[in-house]
Amino acid sequence: MSKLEIKDLHATVTTDTGDSEILRGVSLTVESGTTSAIMGPNGSGKSTLAYVLAGHPKYTVTSGTVTLDGEDVLGMSVDERARAGLFLAMQYPVEIPGVSVSNFLRTSITALRGEAPKLRTWTKDMKEAMSDLQMDPAFASRNVNEGFSGGEKKRHEILQLGLMEPKIAILDETDSGLDVDALKVVSEGVNRFQQKTNAGVLLITHYTRILKYIKPDVVHVFVDGRIVETGGPELANSLEADGYERFSVAKA
Amino acid sequence: MSAVATAPAKDLAPKILSRDPGDFEIPKGREEEWRYTPIRKMQDFFIPQSWGSVGALSSPFVEIVGPDDPRLSTTWMPTDRISAIAFAGTKKVVLITIPAEHIVEESIVVNLAGEMLNNYAHIEVQVGKFSRSQIVIIHDSTANVSGSIVTEVGDQAELTLLSVLDAEAPLKQHWNWTTNVGRDSRFLGLSISLGGEVVRIVPSVNYRAPGGSAEMLGAFLLEGDQFQEHRILVNHTEPHCVSNVVYKGALSGQGAHSVWVGDVLVRREAIGIQTYELNRNLLLNDGPRADSVPNLELETGDVVSAGHASATGRFDDEQLFYLQSRGIPESVARQLVVRGFFVDVLNKVHDQSLRENLMERIEMRLGMVTHA
Repeated sequence: MSKLEIKDLHATVTTDTGDSEILRGVSLTVESGTTSAIMGPNGSGKSTLAYVLAGHPKYTVTSGTVTLDGEDVLGMSVDERARAGLFLAMQYPVEIPGVSVSNFLRTSITALRGEAPKLRTWTKDMKEAMSDLQMDPAFASRNVNEGFSGGEKKRHEILQLGLMEPKIAILDETDSGLDVDALKVVSEGVNRFQQKTNAGVLLITHYTRILKYIKPDVVHVFVDGRIVETGGPELANSLEADGYERFSVAKA
Repeated sequence: MSAVATAPAKDLAPKILSRDPGDFEIPKGREEEWRYTPIRKMQDFFIPQSWGSVGALSSPFVEIVGPDDPRLSTTWMPTDRISAIAFAGTKKVVLITIPAEHIVEESIVVNLAGEMLNNYAHIEVQVGKFSRSQIVIIHDSTANVSGSIVTEVGDQAELTLLSVLDAEAPLKQHWNWTTNVGRDSRFLGLSISLGGEVVRIVPSVNYRAPGGSAEMLGAFLLEGDQFQEHRILVNHTEPHCVSNVVYKGALSGQGAHSVWVGDVLVRREAIGIQTYELNRNLLLNDGPRADSVPNLELETGDVVSAGHASATGRFDDEQLFYLQSRGIPESVARQLVVRGFFVDVLNKVHDQSLRENLMERIEMRLGMVTHA
């Protein structure tokens, strides 16, 4: 059993016009075997939460704590967080010219496991994982994210999720930019991963569409840098019908 | 022995061709071709000196001859004072000859060695028609050198010429490379330059007849307050030829300064040609400066393609973040990015152990070697 605990997290970003606070006291817990959805309007800071948890250098945590099974996550470097069992599927993964997908994945798995995977089983594992996500085998020899379509980028993120088997997975708008077929394939990949590993999933999304395929246990509504309401899956349905307006009005 | 020819004005091509150093002025630093170079650090290169000569071990295809050997090119002419002095001063010429129709599978490795701390050098590569070969020139990493490499690629021959220059920190080297590409022949020039206080390399390509192809690839690395200049000239005078120039540089440290100039001339008669040139520079921190100047001079619009691109960028923190977020430690992530940056150039080095060796040298220079 693993537990990610976020308590009263505040974070700022430095811009040309000074520091501005994006996270304004976020508290939530994600446990193994559960799925939490974070839903919120554009600019609410939900993606910032994902980046802050992964340790992006652009953001500064000003107060609060984040622990994974009691260990202080905020004190860890970006790669230490990954090795501790955190994974972030990114909304906009960057291109790494000249680095092939297979080389990247092998380097990552080697770092995560502390030893290089056995060549024969590794090749087999990678082929299977790619075929599960309906990816062409030739994909492995392409450069990381270079010239990938939106759908290919997301499949590549979920491919990594399945191979890296983190304890807690944060999915940052993995559904955005996907057509229905790709959305199904990607969602099945997430579900397969969770069934196999019993990991905790924190699903960040703007739309309710993905919740048809990935069933959340808890839904948090995220507005203006904090969670303003928490409920069960039915909360997502009311958001689908009414949108985020009532929360914005409540704020005003 | 002196011959002076004058090229048309307003032209990127050399104005004077001569073996007599006296035909050239000592550059003052304001001249277009010298304006980036710290010529004060190279004063000795512009005045004839009693320097040693660069040689190499004789081997199949490789011999050391005198500068008056009748087999050497009589038409090659220096295009600047520095190479005229070098040719007048050297007592040895490294002559590499590939006979016509000869297919050489193994790379021919030539380790250059200077007699003294300061040396002149002249290397001539004669590649017979229909032959195929790969020549690797390893420069003397412990000597100052001024010299030329003159290459004649015969009709329909294939030549890969790899130059590895990894001079120790305080050394200076100046090289003029002239390559003449024959009818339907293929030339691949690979320039790997990893060190030295002042390194200036001036490669030029001329086409003897239609249908030739020249690819010039370079990878260079600067650290500390090193200077490197790569000044390339491709002179398209023949129809239906191809040129492709790709140079990539990584710079780190306060005061490192690289210059890349890519001049491509397409003459009125050079119809149906394809040309492309690219320079990319990766700044690993805040200190270095990279100048990048592509020039394309088209006298005809009747070409298949002609283009150039140049970009200098900082090490991308988003790339590092992405790799680190997959558990990869920062030092390994940096290594991956730098390897990826150079991979398209270094992949042209077909000898795998040499390619690995070069990559390791680059990583060592960048202080990035972390694995055992």
